[in-house]
Amino acid sequence: MSSVAIDLAAVDKSYRGKVVVNGLTFTVAAGECFGLLGPNGAGKSTIVRMVLGMVPPDAGKITVLGKQVPAHARLARAGVGVVPQFDNLENEFTVRENLAVFGRYFSMSAREIEAVIPSLLEFARLESKADARVAELSGGMKRRLVLARALINDPQLLVMDEPTTGLDPHARHLIWERLRSLLARGKTILLTTHFMEEAERLCDRLCVLEEGRKIAEGEPHTLINEQIGCDVMEIYGGNPHESIELIRPYAQRIEQSGETIFCYAPDLEPVRKQLRGRAGLRLLERPPNLEDVFLRLTGREIEI
Amino acid sequence: MPANARNWTAVWRRNYLAWRKVALASLLGNLADPMTNLLGLGFGLGLIVGSVNGTSYIDFLVGGMVATSAMTSASFETIYATFARMHTQRTWEAMLCTQLTLGDILLGEVAWAASKAVLAGSGITIVAAGLGYAAWPSMLYALPAIALTGFVFASLAMVIVSLAPSYDYFVFYQTLILTPMVFLCGAVFPITQLPAAFQLVAALLPLEHSIELIRPAMLGRPAASVGTHIGALCIYAVAPFLLSVALLLRRLMR
Repeated sequence: MSSVAIDLAAVDKSYRGKVVVNGLTFTVAAGECFGLLGPNGAGKSTIVRMVLGMVPPDAGKITVLGKQVPAHARLARAGVGVVPQFDNLENEFTVRENLAVFGRYFSMSAREIEAVIPSLLEFARLESKADARVAELSGGMKRRLVLARALINDPQLLVMDEPTTGLDPHARHLIWERLRSLLARGKTILLTTHFMEEAERLCDRLCVLEEGRKIAEGEPHTLINEQIGCDVMEIYGGNPHESIELIRPYAQRIEQSGETIFCYAPDLEPVRKQLRGRAGLRLLERPPNLEDVFLRLTGREIEI
Repeated sequence: MPANARNWTAVWRRNYLAWRKVALASLLGNLADPMTNLLGLGFGLGLIVGSVNGTSYIDFLVGGMVATSAMTSASFETIYATFARMHTQRTWEAMLCTQLTLGDILLGEVAWAASKAVLAGSGITIVAAGLGYAAWPSMLYALPAIALTGFVFASLAMVIVSLAPSYDYFVFYQTLILTPMVFLCGAVFPITQLPAAFQLVAALLPLEHSIELIRPAMLGRPAASVGTHIGALCIYAVAPFLLSVALLLRRLMR
């Protein structure tokens, strides 16, 4: 087994003259969780569709599990499980039927399907819902079923487009926990997300995208240290221009996004002093995160 | 193109499972309309018309209604249910992430729509036979012709599906293509009643060839030019299927 799960080399894609993916190159190693992080419209879903062989690139080379894509996409997909952005479960079918029908799409025999369903139900924590219709499931349960369904062919590689979008925090944490257990079993994951927290918690490495271009790549903490490397104070309310003038001498860098001011400084104490007692201001001090990296690299906050 | 000879069965079985859950309602819906036409026209109009080509009007009508019901059930299954699976339900999107190709999916969908045509056509045949309006055992010869009719109209409807941006466009197919075909192709009256030019047009339409195969079987008479009719239907089944694969590849995989 090769140590490279996915390889994209200088991939371009345009739709009707609009560039969606622009000279993108990245490599996903076997066994790692690789994140594509970026706002809506950054080209994440198009990249996923290209990796799955559903969209041919205009230029460049894509290799998935050692197979050329899209030329040998069907061969590659034999080892890939997909969690799509929108649930495309069979709403009128039961949980068990959803898994069985999907197994047949991989030419699995009835016996093979019967053999794997119990472990998939257990993985998705849906044992008690095996005979419930999908329409009766909560959002989190549906998402876990989509995840279980993606595992029916025992794939080496999981491709997930926004796996936790639209879920409440509890359901999201349960999905993250399940994904970590898959990584512990040696699976490779490619996921797209616009949740900084998701990228930070799950991904071994990530690629930050803006308008189809890679603007940074690396381990989340390395990116944060390299790009920011100091604490952050968020300032809400008051007159932003006035506040910026007050703190400018003490800040290493200041970003403004909407009504929020982000102040970066190795020592935030003087900044706090400057703003103390000013009416209508709310201050939040915190360690830097990927949101700050994105703001720094693009000059704007990620928009959902 | 289909990846192998059996992948499509997974798609067919998915649709069968979905249908089984609503089988009774679906059967009633499929049979009610053609049965109403058959009995309403057969008894009502039949009284005025008297005999047609040496048989009672209702006997004449059975073959036309069986062919028409095969046409409508295969067409409607494709333009409404299949379109929903492609578009709103995202069923195909899930299938395309597996070992199925677009060709496998389309073949499974067309075979499923043809199965529903067989169900509708044979349902009416059985009822008509029970009432004494269809000849036993020659009506059994109609079965393969009903299946072929199903494939033909599923393939044709798949071309419409691959071109239509939304449901709103299907009504044009229904009113401008399917309904005129019923009257042009001799479903409710012999095409010899039509002006010569229209008879020439009818000879090019698939429903005409279906009726020419199904009606004699229902009446217990020998059919003429069987090879020509089967050949024409095969062309109408295969060519639109290939066209729809090409069109949908362009629509979905880019």
